[in-house]
Amino acid sequence: MDIFDSLPLLILLSSLLPGLAIFLVREESHVLRTSLNLFGALTKLGLVGLMIWGVFHEWVSDMRWQIAPGLELVLHADALSVVFVTLSTVLWLVTTIYAIGYLEHSPHRSRFFGFFSLCVTATVGLALAGNLFTFVIFYELLTLATYPLVAHKGTPEAVRGARIYLTYTLGGGVLLLIGVVWLHTIAGPIDFQERGVLSDLTHLDPWTLRWIFLFMIIGLGVKAALFPLHGWLPQAMVAPAPVSALLHAVAVVKAGAFGIIRVVYDVFGVEYADALGLLPFLGAIAAFTIVYGSVKALSQDHLKRRLAYSTISQVSYIALGTAILGPLATIGGIVHLVHQGVMKITLFFAAGNYAETLGIHHVSEMDGVGRRMPATTLAFSIAALGMIGIPPIAGFISKWYLGLGALQAGAGLWVIPVLVASSLLNAAYFLPILYRAWFKPAVVKWPAEKPRSGRWEISGALMWPPVITAVLALLFGLFAGAPFSPLEWATLIATREY
Amino acid sequence: MSDAIIWVIMIPLLGSLISLTWSRYASFIAITSNMLALAASIIIVRQVYQSGPFIHQLGSWQTGLGISLRADALSSILLVMSMSVISAATFYASTYFTDAVKRARFWPLWLMLVVALNALLLSGDLFNLYVTLELLGLSAIALTALSDNRAALQAAIRYLSIGLLGSLVFLAGVALVYTGYGTLDLATLSNVVQASPLSQVAFGLMTAGLLIKSALFPLHFWLPSAHASAPAPVSAALSALVVKVAVYILLRLWIDVFDPVLTPFSAMLLGMLGAIAVIWGSWQALQAQRLKLMAAYSTVAQIGYLFIFLPLIVALPDGPLKDAAYTALLLMALTHGFAKSAFFLSAGVIQQYCGHDRIAELGGTARALPLTIFVIALSGVALIGLPPSGSFLGKWHLISSSLHAGQWWWVPVIAAGSILATAYVFRILGHAFAPGEGVDQVLKWGREEIPALILALLATLILGFGSAGLWDFVSQHNGFPGG
Repeated sequence: MDIFDSLPLLILLSSLLPGLAIFLVREESHVLRTSLNLFGALTKLGLVGLMIWGVFHEWVSDMRWQIAPGLELVLHADALSVVFVTLSTVLWLVTTIYAIGYLEHSPHRSRFFGFFSLCVTATVGLALAGNLFTFVIFYELLTLATYPLVAHKGTPEAVRGARIYLTYTLGGGVLLLIGVVWLHTIAGPIDFQERGVLSDLTHLDPWTLRWIFLFMIIGLGVKAALFPLHGWLPQAMVAPAPVSALLHAVAVVKAGAFGIIRVVYDVFGVEYADALGLLPFLGAIAAFTIVYGSVKALSQDHLKRRLAYSTISQVSYIALGTAILGPLATIGGIVHLVHQGVMKITLFFAAGNYAETLGIHHVSEMDGVGRRMPATTLAFSIAALGMIGIPPIAGFISKWYLGLGALQAGAGLWVIPVLVASSLLNAAYFLPILYRAWFKPAVVKWPAEKPRSGRWEISGALMWPPVITAVLALLFGLFAGAPFSPLEWATLIATREY
Repeated sequence: MSDAIIWVIMIPLLGSLISLTWSRYASFIAITSNMLALAASIIIVRQVYQSGPFIHQLGSWQTGLGISLRADALSSILLVMSMSVISAATFYASTYFTDAVKRARFWPLWLMLVVALNALLLSGDLFNLYVTLELLGLSAIALTALSDNRAALQAAIRYLSIGLLGSLVFLAGVALVYTGYGTLDLATLSNVVQASPLSQVAFGLMTAGLLIKSALFPLHFWLPSAHASAPAPVSAALSALVVKVAVYILLRLWIDVFDPVLTPFSAMLLGMLGAIAVIWGSWQALQAQRLKLMAAYSTVAQIGYLFIFLPLIVALPDGPLKDAAYTALLLMALTHGFAKSAFFLSAGVIQQYCGHDRIAELGGTARALPLTIFVIALSGVALIGLPPSGSFLGKWHLISSSLHAGQWWWVPVIAAGSILATAYVFRILGHAFAPGEGVDQVLKWGREEIPALILALLATLILGFGSAGLWDFVSQHNGFPGG
């Protein structure tokens, strides 16, 4: 299939070219910029649909471009990349709509949307990377594309937050690079392959491999915000709401988590990684991060900060699922990649709406906000309940499979308490917000209320995105068994990995 | 066609003489002759690619009697790089000088610099290398002195005295070689040189002279002031090319000619100095208050990377690993050449529009000069060594060569250098994106911005994604024929 071979490249170009064009669009040309944005997002969505179909039928797509001897740029679509590509593409479309509404009157829109498209291009490239070399390239490009987004407001705090972000991620990038080059020097170029590559290369020294794994996990762990490498994430929330949403749900933290999945499953092979004793190590860090993030979230009054610590905790579920040997835990980890994405993006959209319409930045200011902004708050509530793990919302499915997987692997003794503790903590920091929003009487005056215009609580471009993603979170839970649901797809991956 | 190797030197020489007498049309003459020389340099690469390295005897004298010009993969690629940088800087310079007197002085010297560069890269014997190195140094110093402020003149005088010292030391080494072996032809020498006290002393002297010229730590002290105070197009050529050709001669002597004299210890010593240069230069770049000074210190650091390759090339066995390290060195040098010249030209644009290049006062420039700041960001990516730039591939191979050669201790140096480079590049971008009223007018696609944009794209996208052919080219067509 020739068309299918070039699909990965077309998917990259569908956001790269509009992105580059947007840089040249004049600030005032609102219509042109919006059309370019939506054209790119919808084209990508269509192409990704084709790709899902192809991968499901096991067509192999593989594009190679030689850069230097032994170094090839490989774009490749497999079941795992499809999960991440689809997630990014769908959420990009929604976030683009939200961002258009959010940044309507702020300066430097062309610059913003240009980098926004580059950011998604890098994320999708990372998902489609067929070997470690390509992965590293897109991993670094992602850092470069997100830096201007975090610094977008240009205020001293924004510049400071962006600088901290850059220091962490590029520092991590260097360690990842060293790990990958080291692996190259002992094992040659490595293409990602289901069930791993290294287990067949028996001449390699196990201790060297353990060191390489450590370098790579530190490099990836920075973006995935594993403890103690998470320090940049709460600082980066100075970014505009759509950027935070994308950063927490798809682009950056997920890139790290996705990389961990790739390294464990498709480079080392999960069984070999376990045999080397690497999984318990990863699992311990992930478990600690889950509890730590939740505990820290409890004491944050700033809404976005609370959500940021919640991300630190929730993303580590993915690493935890990866670290438990057995298909059920794998399913739990991979499906959470999607579930956490739709739920967290809803929460950030809602937080952005509160800040934009009423000037609410803190949890303590949210009394009675449910009556003033019912749609937004309903979406927020669904996502928050999902994060806690209440059925039938998506988050429940993830936790269920993680728990089952732990029991299957005989790791129930330490995983189940972590899951229970984390869920209780999630409830402890989300339920008070819901209680305030719905049941406490509204304050007389909001911190900075904007005059109401139009028929809804807020402009449609800001209201519908969280509603849509909240509905998705609900559907992913309710129809988890339907064909092409995230759960079914994760099951497909798990069967191919074992 | 086959005379391209002569024309690439003769055209700028003629241009220099004509522009001296006909100064009203000097910029037109310079642009024309540099474009023609660029075309000639591309023809030379093609010739090497098709039929391998070749010699051209001027006036058909025998080897050893007349002047012979030689081209192989290394020299022809560097020639194209330097002609591209020169051409871009020439376009930029045609709008840079507003003062008619300065303009009249600039062009003949500028073209003489091109003559010296090209002749040096194509020289095949030590005496011609000495002569062209001297000519290069003198025209560079005269060009530096064109910024007629006190600091520039002081820097130029310092540059002059240290440059002369370097040349003299080099010449002493050359003289010893001639006493010992009775020839200065590199290809002949590479067959007869043996390890003896005389060749060791000669080799040591030549190396010392070249280390001064290439500004390796701790002999870099003259560079920052000279490169920072020269006019912007001159700074671009100095940092991107003039320093680099000294490294080129050094590489020729070390790897191709004097390898019997070479000890692993001396290579390791230069590697260590390179490592210190990486850290020290980057650290100084981070402290610098002015854009051009920052760029100059960054050159000190980038030259350091090239020297780290030396102990690796010496240690690796002949074969693909050694070739890869050698090509990676070339790729780093090329990327730095393009990126640093793009950076200096952009710094020049900022200086013209803001009236200064103080980093702390760059606020508002991202709004007023978006394309120039974009170029600075692109060349910054190449200076850090991030993808998609040629130096990313260079650093990749630097790390992998270090691991292959068992010299892991270079890896933390490379990591630290990259992080420091990130810090100094993004410090500039942070200031540039901050609000401020540095500039009144907004420049969009200005004529003076385009040359730097092209250079920056060459450093990043072209060398990052399109340099695959370079590796085979270098491993197949390097070294001098005959001898």
